[in-house]
Amino acid sequence: MSALLEVDAVRAGYGSVMIVHDVSLRLERGELVTIIGPNGAGKSTLLKAIFGLLPVSEGAVRLEGGEVTDETPSHMVRLGVSFVPQTENVFPSLTIRENLAMGGYQRSGDVAERIAEVLRLFPELAERQKARASHLSGGQRQALAIARALMLDPKVLLLDEPTAALSPVRRGEIFDRLQAVREGGVALLMVEQNAREALAISDRAYLLVDGRNAHEQPGPEMLANPEVGRMFLGLDSAEGENGA
Amino acid sequence: MTEILQLVLVGVVVGSIIGLGAMGLTLVYGVFKFAHFAHADLMTLGMYLAFFVYVDIGLDAGHIGPFSFGWGMLVAVPFAWAGVAAACVGVDRLVYRRLRRRGGGFLNLEIASLGFAIALQAVIQAIWGSPPLRYHNEIHEALTFAGGLKLKPDQMLFIALMPLLAVALYLLLHRTRLGTAMRATADNAPLAEASGIDTERVRTATWVIAAALTAVAGVMFGVQSQLRFDAGFEFLLLPMFAAVILGGIGNPWGALVGGLIVGVSQEVSTEWINTGFKPAVPFALLIAMLIVRPRGLFGSSIGGSG
Repeated sequence: MSALLEVDAVRAGYGSVMIVHDVSLRLERGELVTIIGPNGAGKSTLLKAIFGLLPVSEGAVRLEGGEVTDETPSHMVRLGVSFVPQTENVFPSLTIRENLAMGGYQRSGDVAERIAEVLRLFPELAERQKARASHLSGGQRQALAIARALMLDPKVLLLDEPTAALSPVRRGEIFDRLQAVREGGVALLMVEQNAREALAISDRAYLLVDGRNAHEQPGPEMLANPEVGRMFLGLDSAEGENGA
Repeated sequence: MTEILQLVLVGVVVGSIIGLGAMGLTLVYGVFKFAHFAHADLMTLGMYLAFFVYVDIGLDAGHIGPFSFGWGMLVAVPFAWAGVAAACVGVDRLVYRRLRRRGGGFLNLEIASLGFAIALQAVIQAIWGSPPLRYHNEIHEALTFAGGLKLKPDQMLFIALMPLLAVALYLLLHRTRLGTAMRATADNAPLAEASGIDTERVRTATWVIAAALTAVAGVMFGVQSQLRFDAGFEFLLLPMFAAVILGGIGNPWGALVGGLIVGVSQEVSTEWINTGFKPAVPFALLIAMLIVRPRGLFGSSIGGSG
């Protein structure tokens, strides 16, 4: 049986500048997979290329065995792939409820019902449905960005550094929510700089270096891998400080 | 005092026309992120398209109640709307969309819209000629109110029409799925697309809605004054831009209030300065606003603030 999402020897970048070279990965149903690596490793570029925000110059992206290379983002959404950008990931002048309604724009009929379902995962948003997104804290905004992306009930959720610039407490909350999303049956592919916390909850992880696959391992094992820890996580041992 | 109040009243009429046009202009800015220089000439196109149906085709018989125009105007205005909308959507498909996709930045769009403005003016002049035209040639008496204030029934209708259209636009933007999608696209077009919103359809709808405001404002100008091929460029472009900047670029409600401020200050200024210098008033307001408070009086979002 084919993987839910498969990235096969993809090359991608900005114009003629290639950032990602020959990267392959797969995401199975219900998995949480994290991509880590040093700055400039091509993690975010890869995610954008998968979602059709950047052109793939070589290789292929497949969803449930069917090729979706270079499909437009709006088509990817229709196919069941949602994306949460790292920044500018909400509509600031819209209320929380309107943001969610726009996330579910392609749904017909049951938008209110789906908003209620999604808000059960994010109770802090449920209390402030009429608040404008521009008035939310960083953590609430990130929660809204994830909630918006869940509105179409995607099979795959792509997340670009969902905990960037958040305090440790807020990071923990977001990771808890992501685990709950996975338990709901959504497969997650996440780029994350807060590698220690991300690896601890990941089924598998990929390490990218200089735009190439460097390592693949179950998340907790990669966290415990002394070589990966020393070279890319800034750890003296698996129990050390996090950071990538 | 009566003289000033009379000028204020006329200013509100002129401001209603400017405000409606400015609402369309600012709506286009909000969604497309460029200042559409052809907007004033689209108003001119609207007034001439209505003239085509109303006078050229000959639907100008009779009057509706106390107004200067007849029932034929109820056909002429929708026709003008359809024509202006077709011109907007047409130029978007042929020119603006290509430039957007090429990613050349807003400057290319500005220059293209200036070119479209000049072309529109030339086409209108070629079809209807240079001499001014009127929907009606007979003189229409103004009604006299307390304190000797005078207002024509047409002008009273324009003052009433402005809040009605503003409320309709508010309900559209805030109470409908399409309106929310327009605000979302104005906020963050790439995210709107990544959310599955058909942003090209939203853009087309924006043109059609802006065209309605533009065509109505154009016909109002024609009824209030006269039809001139260069009316938009000469009398409306600068006041509309001043109204948009006063109200906060991209904010339709701000543009409406901005239009009223521009209209009233333009007319009241004639109490002290020569009428010939009247067009300098919106220009002075525009410059002052850009220096003192560039984000406008009410902030710059289609939603209304922020």
